[in-house]
Amino acid sequence: MDINVPALLAQLLVGLINGSFYALLSLGLAVIFGMLNIINFAHGALYMMGAFCAYFLLNLLGLNYWWALILSPVIVGVFGMVMERTLLQWLSGLDHLYGLLLTFGVALIIQGVFQNYFGSSGLPYAIPEQLRGAINLGFMYLPVYRGWVVVFSLVVCLLTWFLIERTRLGANLRAATENPTLVRAFGINVPRMITLTYGLGVGLAALAGVLSAPINQVRPLMGADLIIVVFAVVVIGGMGSIMGSIITGFTLGVIEGLTKYFYPEASNTVVFVLMVLVLLVKPSGLTGRAT
Amino acid sequence: MVEATTLQRPVSSAAAAALLSVRDLQAWYGESHILHGMNFEVREGEVVTLLGRNGAGKTTTLKSVMGIVAKRSGSVIFDGTDIGRATSDKIAKRGIAFCPEERGIFASLDVRENLMLPPQVRPGGLSLEQIFELFPNLRERLKSQGTKLSGGEQQMLAIARILRTGARFLMLDEPTEGLAPVIIQQIGHTIARLKKQGFTILLVEQNFRFAATVADRYYVVEHGKIIDGFANSELEANMDKLHTYLGV
Repeated sequence: MDINVPALLAQLLVGLINGSFYALLSLGLAVIFGMLNIINFAHGALYMMGAFCAYFLLNLLGLNYWWALILSPVIVGVFGMVMERTLLQWLSGLDHLYGLLLTFGVALIIQGVFQNYFGSSGLPYAIPEQLRGAINLGFMYLPVYRGWVVVFSLVVCLLTWFLIERTRLGANLRAATENPTLVRAFGINVPRMITLTYGLGVGLAALAGVLSAPINQVRPLMGADLIIVVFAVVVIGGMGSIMGSIITGFTLGVIEGLTKYFYPEASNTVVFVLMVLVLLVKPSGLTGRAT
Repeated sequence: MVEATTLQRPVSSAAAAALLSVRDLQAWYGESHILHGMNFEVREGEVVTLLGRNGAGKTTTLKSVMGIVAKRSGSVIFDGTDIGRATSDKIAKRGIAFCPEERGIFASLDVRENLMLPPQVRPGGLSLEQIFELFPNLRERLKSQGTKLSGGEQQMLAIARILRTGARFLMLDEPTEGLAPVIIQQIGHTIARLKKQGFTILLVEQNFRFAATVADRYYVVEHGKIIDGFANSELEANMDKLHTYLGV
């Protein structure tokens, strides 16, 4: 068959961008699951809150995109920590199902409230001036903002990986994921660490929300649509590994993009087909540890 | 059986005040009542060993003192403060360090990270150099994954990491379990050296031949209570009783 190179590259780029969001979101889910043993179904709603937060910062306070990139994850992260202290902490030691139901309920409430005030259509969020336009790469035009999203996401993912796998703080976190009782008996305040970890995971979701705002508009259900795919990504990659989540996120985005080019009819289902295959062959996921 | 209250007699030459004093300690795992009123004390600088059969409540005693068993009652006075209701992180910060029976080496951490994990709670902990002098094997294995070490090395790592923290009161749960005689000997030497350096140690052991090489005093635990106690010098005289207690 003839390959239309510009069209293929365009789909690859879309794939990489989606992959950036998958990676940021599944990374947060993996960190949260490791530490809290909770499958955070509110992740999509918190991602949406990140985007709305950027929208409010701009339209109510006049704080631009760059401020939103910093403030939005902090604000939504704090919201997440309050949620952990008031709701999630009571579920520790219970079956996964409870956390899943609670966070799912929270997601419905958050999305319902936003829908009530903002309807279902999107609110515009402009691309920041510095990131407008496109670069001619010779073989294609790369919109600057899209390139920025991919590179910035990758950097944030790698920094998170570094924090968890290579620092003292990360060692505490890994140890507490394995055996929280013993880590606490060494004098480390594990409950506080759990709260901060949830805040970190939520902050990553909010950051993805800010990145997505200029591309996908700001909509109350933007997270609900995305989170289903992200959970499939997490199932494929396995919950156990940080680097695994990152690589799986980007790879599946690219696979999705390629499918859009070669067989567009399957582009919405390819991730789920892969999920089924992985579940049949390796139920703990490609990089996951069997539990 | 001897009543616990008859054990108050001074059995050690050390006249120091009790560093740890446990009174009527009771503990539960869910609905099952494990400790039925433990009474014992450990004086500063002593090595005290809890002996008893499997399931007598020795490990639960250590975990209750450490605050790991949440459902507990009674008083645990450590260094003049009642820690009977404190959480385990607060208890650790008061200067008690715990080395669990299963050793608790973290698979996702390398040896150095395992070693550096417990935060310093007091000044005066052993430096890394001093630790490597005690356990030379660890220096060679710093980059290895924690659980890739041999059983003996894991036990050394588990003891080593709590020596860094500055805690002066150590609780070691069956440090010799499943180890080769030569390693057991090395751990015995280590405990003797720690004692000489002024550490106070509460030991749980099934192996009283090993305990005899390091302990000042013994308590015998049965059905979640202290049923007997004697000094190391009285060990020979109590051998017959001990065989009955332990069923060996």
